[in-house]
Amino acid sequence: MFPQKGQANPDRTENTQLIPAVQEFSAADFAHPEVAELDLYHKREKIYTRSIEGFFQRIRLFTGWPLLVGYFCLPWLQWHGHQAVLFDLPARKFYIFDLVFWPQDLVLLTALLIIAAFALFLFTSLFGRIWCGYSCPQTVWTSIFMWMEQKTEGSRNQRIKLDQAPWSAEKFLRKFSKHAMWLGFAFITGFIFVGYFTPITTLSIDFFSGSAEIQAYTWIAIFSLLTYLNAGWLREQVCLYMCPYARFQSAMFDSDTLIVTYDKARGEQRGSRRVHDGEKPANLGDCIDCQLCVQVCPTGIDIRDGLQYECINCALCVDACNSVMQKVGYAPNLISYSTENRMAGKTSKLLRLRTVGYGAALLMMCTLFIVALTEREVTDLKIIRERSSLYQIQNGNIENIYTLKLGNHDKQAHRYTISTDMENGILLGPMHDGLVSTIVESGEVISLPVRLTVPQTAWHGHNMDLQFSACIADDNTVANAGSCVHHESRFTGPAI
Amino acid sequence: MSNFWSGWIIVLTLGTIIGMFWLLLGNRTRPGNEDAKTGHVYDGIEEFDHPLPVWWLYLFILTLVFALGYLVLYPGLGSYKGLLGWTQEKQWQDENEKLDAKFNAQLKKYAAIPVEELAKDEKARRSGQRIFSAHCATCHGADAGGNTGFPNLRDQDWLWGGSPDRIVETITKGRKGSMPAWKNILSEQQLNDVATWLGTAEAAKKPPAGAQVFATYCTACHGADAKGNQLLGAPNLTDNIWLYGGGLGEIQATILNGRNGQMPTHENFISPEKIHLVAAYVYGLSHTE
Repeated sequence: MFPQKGQANPDRTENTQLIPAVQEFSAADFAHPEVAELDLYHKREKIYTRSIEGFFQRIRLFTGWPLLVGYFCLPWLQWHGHQAVLFDLPARKFYIFDLVFWPQDLVLLTALLIIAAFALFLFTSLFGRIWCGYSCPQTVWTSIFMWMEQKTEGSRNQRIKLDQAPWSAEKFLRKFSKHAMWLGFAFITGFIFVGYFTPITTLSIDFFSGSAEIQAYTWIAIFSLLTYLNAGWLREQVCLYMCPYARFQSAMFDSDTLIVTYDKARGEQRGSRRVHDGEKPANLGDCIDCQLCVQVCPTGIDIRDGLQYECINCALCVDACNSVMQKVGYAPNLISYSTENRMAGKTSKLLRLRTVGYGAALLMMCTLFIVALTEREVTDLKIIRERSSLYQIQNGNIENIYTLKLGNHDKQAHRYTISTDMENGILLGPMHDGLVSTIVESGEVISLPVRLTVPQTAWHGHNMDLQFSACIADDNTVANAGSCVHHESRFTGPAI
Repeated sequence: MSNFWSGWIIVLTLGTIIGMFWLLLGNRTRPGNEDAKTGHVYDGIEEFDHPLPVWWLYLFILTLVFALGYLVLYPGLGSYKGLLGWTQEKQWQDENEKLDAKFNAQLKKYAAIPVEELAKDEKARRSGQRIFSAHCATCHGADAGGNTGFPNLRDQDWLWGGSPDRIVETITKGRKGSMPAWKNILSEQQLNDVATWLGTAEAAKKPPAGAQVFATYCTACHGADAKGNQLLGAPNLTDNIWLYGGGLGEIQATILNGRNGQMPTHENFISPEKIHLVAAYVYGLSHTE
């Protein structure tokens, strides 16, 4: 269902020299196959997009700008004494407003990514590639860069002329100011990006006073350069050759998926004409073959060739065609958002097995995610058994040594008491007081070696499962069960 | 690496890279077919044979140029050492130096504080604990509680002395504790007597003959009162703490065959500042407030 580039119009790929179709083969053809040599690679043809205004472009402004502004403003926000959104990699702590994430919460990130993937599946099967057209950073940044291009080098025709013209002071000035603007914007983008990983207020002071760490400069340079290359030079090449989503989207599409489509039945036979207020020549369809839909396309395709993997559902061609249809007095939506079924005269439903399934899966995962997020323990307990010996016998006791890793992920310090459910077991902590108890500061992980001893006289001769408990007991009182975390381990001893 | 194998690797590596260059550049074109399709048909779906973007070719070439640059700078071509002179060992040393530079300031501060004071500093104890886990826990246990043959460091019983200076000395220089074997000297009766005399806690049940054997043979090291001698590492035999087990059989085995305990020297692995810090941790284990 995805005709690739140039299927309906094969001679569009100008650089591919097609040989005339051979109808009948003779033995001579195989003996001397006279076929043209084709280059395995082709040079990118620069796309000069014409800017266009229209209904969907206004919508794109409303989706693009908030994302852009959000990206630039978020790191500057402070929240209860720390940067509201900060991914502190050296300290291995992620701050997102009130939440603090630790390395062991990585599974939540995995869950979040799976949820994001399913959201993409759901929205793709409903509305096609609206992510690509309306909110993908590649699209948003490319739009900004195109706007700058427009401001410095002029409209589509002016840009084509400028590129063909010999070098002159004006051409240099226009090109220079374009790249300066691009680099400037790319730098701000890169700087803000690094600001998500290191406190941005100190970064901005250190950066401009020259005292920031060399890594900060390096990463800002890398991200600035990549932004400049991606949004300025590569543009649609990213969507066409790098983005995996463009390639696997067909798995989510069906005949009821919203796509940008050209009404072939109405448009053909296309042809230019003199138009007098809605008048239609008898031998022609509604398409006046003005090429505007091709000129505005940021990925350089002709939507009239049918659905193509290059199409990012940005609806620029819809707006372009509608403006032309209005001018010539024809009905709008010769190119429009529609579905395969609707184009075939059938009806399309939003609720179908595929969308309901994706929706249900998404809802379930979101619920589980929120539950997991709110049920996170503030205490983290891990048990590492002694590596050098399984058990030892001293003074009539069988002894096992464990190292407890006790982490306090709360915002305040806690006193913890450690206990086991081992029958006849005596737990010896570092302080010999029988009751093993320790204070763990907020955000700290301590390792606490303990020795569990069982009298040989009470030993049954087989290894036993046991459970360690760490309970919050801030005022040295016996803790209630709700403030405890548990961890399984094992006690080993000699067989009798 | 012998010259033959060095040459073998050089030829293979460079040959592969040159082959890749040829594969990329010598095959830039192919015979065209009439419909620009690959000829693959799956369920009626045909595959176009579109050319790749040319910057992919440039990326391919870039990887090969990178490989050549890497081979010039780093060891990769047989026994050629590379311009940068990089080795795993050097990198390990560099990283160690970086870490030392990072922690030395704090370690020097700790080194200026006497062990008794440092043992009360919670943060210093935590740092010391990490050094202990790395260098000491294998024998003495993660909790420093010891094992048969390896002394418990959390009690008040010290073989070589529990003062800060003695602990530092023990860690730095190591110790060798030697109990001679008595099987050719003591009769079986004497062995039983002295072992029973030592291993029995209640004074009334101690056989007097054992005391005589002890006074004759053992007092030189363990002292007349059997309380040991920390200069020799001779253990106190009256506190019911037994390094090699306190059962009658175990005590007999110790006397009969002797014991050789060894604490390895650490001055070659751990800096004096770190020894100071781990000594403070060990000292703190038996000196809790």
